[in-house]
Amino acid sequence: MRRFFKKLFEKIIEGILFLSSTVTSLAIVLIVIFLFREGFALFGRSPVEEGFVIAVNNKNPVSEIKASQIKDIFDGKITSWKELGGNIEDIVLFRTDDISNYFSEEELGENLEHVPAKISELINKTPGIIAFIPEKFTENDFAGKIITTDKITAGKFLAEKQWYPTAQPAAQFGALPLILGTLWVSFAAILFALPLGLATAIYMAEIANEKTRRVMKPLIELLAGIPSVVYGFFGLIVIVPLIQKVFNLPVGETGLAGSIVLGIMALPTIITISEDAIRTTPLSMKEASLALGANKWQTIHRVIIPYAISGITAAAILGIGRAVGETMAALMVTGNAAVIPHGLLQPLRTIPATIAAELGEAPQQGLHFKALFALGCILFLMTLGINLLVEYISSKRKNISR
Amino acid sequence: MSNDQYLMTNNLSDIINKPVRTDLVIATRYVNLFYGDFQALKGITLEIFPNTVTALIGPSGCGKSTYLRLFNRMNDLIDGVKITGNIIVDGEDIYAPETDVVELRRKVGMVFQKPNPFPKSIFENVAYGLRVNGVNDKKFIQAKVEQSLVRSALWDEVKDKLKKSAFELSGGQQQRLCIARALAVEPSVVLMDEPASALDPISTAKIEELIYELKKNYTIIIVTHNMQQAGRVSDTTAFFYLGELIEYGDTKEIFTNPKDKKTQNYITGRFG
Ligand SMILES: Nc1ncnc2c1ncn2[C@@H]1O[C@H](COP(=O)(O)OP(=O)(O)O)[C@@H](O)[C@H]1O
Ligand SMILES: [Mg+2]
Repeated sequence: MRRFFKKLFEKIIEGILFLSSTVTSLAIVLIVIFLFREGFALFGRSPVEEGFVIAVNNKNPVSEIKASQIKDIFDGKITSWKELGGNIEDIVLFRTDDISNYFSEEELGENLEHVPAKISELINKTPGIIAFIPEKFTENDFAGKIITTDKITAGKFLAEKQWYPTAQPAAQFGALPLILGTLWVSFAAILFALPLGLATAIYMAEIANEKTRRVMKPLIELLAGIPSVVYGFFGLIVIVPLIQKVFNLPVGETGLAGSIVLGIMALPTIITISEDAIRTTPLSMKEASLALGANKWQTIHRVIIPYAISGITAAAILGIGRAVGETMAALMVTGNAAVIPHGLLQPLRTIPATIAAELGEAPQQGLHFKALFALGCILFLMTLGINLLVEYISSKRKNISR
Repeated sequence: MSNDQYLMTNNLSDIINKPVRTDLVIATRYVNLFYGDFQALKGITLEIFPNTVTALIGPSGCGKSTYLRLFNRMNDLIDGVKITGNIIVDGEDIYAPETDVVELRRKVGMVFQKPNPFPKSIFENVAYGLRVNGVNDKKFIQAKVEQSLVRSALWDEVKDKLKKSAFELSGGQQQRLCIARALAVEPSVVLMDEPASALDPISTAKIEELIYELKKNYTIIIVTHNMQQAGRVSDTTAFFYLGELIEYGDTKEIFTNPKDKKTQNYITGRFG
């Protein structure tokens, strides 16, 4: 009887374990599917706001305008149809609200019921007009010509440089500045963090005595546990003003500030993992080096580091991963300018910071919302790539130390 | 251990009163070694002649490795080690304050129990000792690497793949590489701590053959667990037991006619 219960108990435990692992795996798969479904919904759509169209005079030879040109037109940077390959004719901007400049209230009707007809009329009699109007106005007897714009594609999303997700009438989703901003900040962060972290790891593994190590180890673990807002705050209060002063800049919120803060945040990862790697160097190998007349430093840089190099590389890459995915601190200190960075002393913007900053304002199901998901996909692929790289490197490491 | 400590704990009259014999390569006098409170070597006095192979035998934990590691001061690396007595290499007290440990370790090479090549190419493994000692002359290094590999009987097997990782070699080849690595800095003494214990019989035979060859140019001290091996390769044998040197003498003599009961028991396999 007891045996039966014991067996049953074991079966139940087994079932629970199986269930939890299934649920976990399922959740992960679902999240990824959800992310990609939302993100990919961006592609193949027109960048013009949903439910709206852009229309011109029927005789206007221009029938297709790029999203970036639409923005320039409505920003007043393009003023003649000639620049778009049309007639020599000034562009007349028209948004639905402008209707009251052309017609009286009576003409538009008590409930504005005549607005569509009047807009149609206006377009018909103004050769240079470009009108941004609701799609439903064009349903009956529309006298104008509806302009087509190029669709958003994955290629343009990755390669274009303009990120104006809320621009009207046509948003621009060029993620390149964000991707580059993320990579720049992350690599620069590692440039700071790797030498510092590696030095600390070497000190802890090879030089510090047991007592020092026992104090340092928890401190470093503590560093890993500090919430990222605190790092961001520290960056904002200490590093940003410092950078502004040292480099005499108009603003201190720059890629450099982001790199330093993210570098500090990546330190615990780098230190812990490379220290572990350094510790795996067999004592016999160190002894062999010393027995040949090498001193401690020679042994460290000629034997220990080469032995631990794959672990150190993994540490660096994981550190980059930490920086790539970091949201809050990056948001607080990088200045959030979605332009391609030409140096670390300029404001820039990372993918996670963009998502965090814009998600609240992006209407659900809108293009902007989907674009942020697409950014999420890129981030996901970046971190996936990083993890695969680490996996690959540590599998090579096993081969070496077999 | 600091040198001050060493001098304080040393019986200076021993150094002064006993003239050093110049034909000895290595000698220890009344050497005690403590790991903290634990005494691992108890008053060991022993003399080793040049171009001989001396085998250190005894049951596990009797202090063979500890004793061997005195001669290149490898025990210095361990915290809490205390040493008293004299350890003399080439007529000089190697624990004297003016000793250059790097110079000593160049003179006294070491081969470890498990093959421990560096994560470098075969060539760089052998060149390592030269490089860390400041040798930069490419031609010289090349010549030395080849010479050392020839001496360690590995040259023919690796001459076409010197750039390959040392980890690609078999265990036996790795151990001969480690011997070549030790030989490259031109030591006069080679310490070997159970150099064949991790190897198969064929590799072991090769190493033994090599030791026999090396004897012409080097003084060799070898720790071994294997009685047959001690009998085959060594000229003199020292039997250690619980940190004491029980018996020391001609290998044949010790194996055929041990004076001490403990030695006899160990050799005939009654313990250990
Ligand atoms: N680093 C160390 N710290 C403390 N005790 C040690 C250390 N190394 C060796 N010992 C002790 O010293 C004794 C001799 O060890 P060792 O010289 O390695 O013996 P053997 O090589 O003969 O097997 C053993 O009792 C061992 O436990
Ligand atoms: Mg031993």
